[in-house]
Amino acid sequence: MELICPAGTPAAFHEAVDAGADAVYCGFRDETNARNFPGLNFSREELKEAIAYAKKKGCETFVALNTFMRAGAEEIWYQGAADAVACGADALILADFGLMAHVAEKYPDQRLHVSVQASASNPDAINFLVDTFNAKRVVLPRTLTIADIARIGKSIRCEMEVFVFGGLCVMAEGRCSLSSYATGKSPNMNGVCSPASHVRYRKDGRDLVSELGAFTINRFPEGEAAGYPTLCKGRFDIADSNGYAFEDPVSLDVMGELEALKAAGVSALKIEGRQRGKAYVAEVVKVMKAAVNSPPDRRGALLSRLRSMSEGQKTTSGAYEKRWR
Amino acid sequence: MQLIPPLLTRPLNAVPLVVIERVCRLMFRRIGLAHPGLFERLGEHKAKRFAFLPTDVPLAFIVEPASDTIFVWRKTTDVIADAVTEAPLFMLLALMEGRCDADALFFSRDLSVTGDMEAMLAMRNALDASSIDLSKDLARLAGPFAPMAGRVIGEIRNRALDRALAGETASWN
Repeated sequence: MELICPAGTPAAFHEAVDAGADAVYCGFRDETNARNFPGLNFSREELKEAIAYAKKKGCETFVALNTFMRAGAEEIWYQGAADAVACGADALILADFGLMAHVAEKYPDQRLHVSVQASASNPDAINFLVDTFNAKRVVLPRTLTIADIARIGKSIRCEMEVFVFGGLCVMAEGRCSLSSYATGKSPNMNGVCSPASHVRYRKDGRDLVSELGAFTINRFPEGEAAGYPTLCKGRFDIADSNGYAFEDPVSLDVMGELEALKAAGVSALKIEGRQRGKAYVAEVVKVMKAAVNSPPDRRGALLSRLRSMSEGQKTTSGAYEKRWR
Repeated sequence: MQLIPPLLTRPLNAVPLVVIERVCRLMFRRIGLAHPGLFERLGEHKAKRFAFLPTDVPLAFIVEPASDTIFVWRKTTDVIADAVTEAPLFMLLALMEGRCDADALFFSRDLSVTGDMEAMLAMRNALDASSIDLSKDLARLAGPFAPMAGRVIGEIRNRALDRALAGETASWN
């Protein structure tokens, strides 16, 4: 199975390639991708250089254009697609059907992957995208169990890529409006979930308090591991209890199920984290590459090294092993 | 968290601030010369003031990218800045070199950020995208002794960072 690795900067891109990534995914410095964070991402020139570096080392580059186009401003996304194709991207990762149609028509030879943001989670939806836009691969939403993935794999006509490590969403990719509710901006339309411009941290005695927009979303007592300042990871008062209503601040780690994923027909394993630093990318890709190439009984020891880099310093297998129905 | 014993940092209180600031500016200028595009990723945030407060040193470092200047204050004075990052000195230096992941240090509560988060995130990404190597960049200040200075700086940095991160791993797991 291929290892698909994140890069938010050219420096992180080089680290990922050097650590053994089979493909690196990245995006432009604008709202066309779902990690549109300040200071992050690639200029056209940087992407061109990165792709050339990757090609020399036998590594592929996927360019994420995975936000939804704003009506009247489609040219921003069309130009992104044109530039990514011109730079030599091996695949474009797309979520918007309109953009998929544009790319399929204008660049019929360009490989097209369906982004997790498209929320294509059943055979009918996936095969529609394969038949209509010639999609070659689908990145499956993190709502499915491994048994679900195996069932889908038997009925679709394209490759499957799944997230195996990194930040975990509330699992409604492309449809989540929590960030919009609190800040007016979302990963779907603006490429930012809980944008930094709306985040504040303050100290209250020994506690760390995180605020998003007008909402206080969490309070971490001294010594407790912290998480990202997103509403889905907020701690709420509900009736007589106080706790995480949507999900705990934890990261995804499903590397313990590699054999099952392989048997289910998965062809690519994706690491989340374009917003993370190059030290994270270097370490995670190196360990994951070693884990993929190791026998199952040795993977646990390798992967335990990554727990300290995870949100909340804890990991979960998420929906892949759904036990909470 | 204190990685440097107070005994080692206490003498800094006796050194005139102007001397410390002059040395810091010399090093800051050297890094700027070696990495001319360092602050390009800051965009609109270039005009802001960024404060770095080492938790184990009685000084505050304020960077003004727009004027390519660094100021040094004593912590006894209230720092005026748009965004403030606090962490042990060697972790701040490791972040500057991209040897540590800022999110991981935030999760473990070794690093805290207050003020303008967007500006500090842009600064974090700008530093991470650069290829600053303090042992190489600062060693050049030593002229003909640069190779030896580079080795010494690198050795001190690696040992301090190993010690800091070893402590982290032990407490995290």
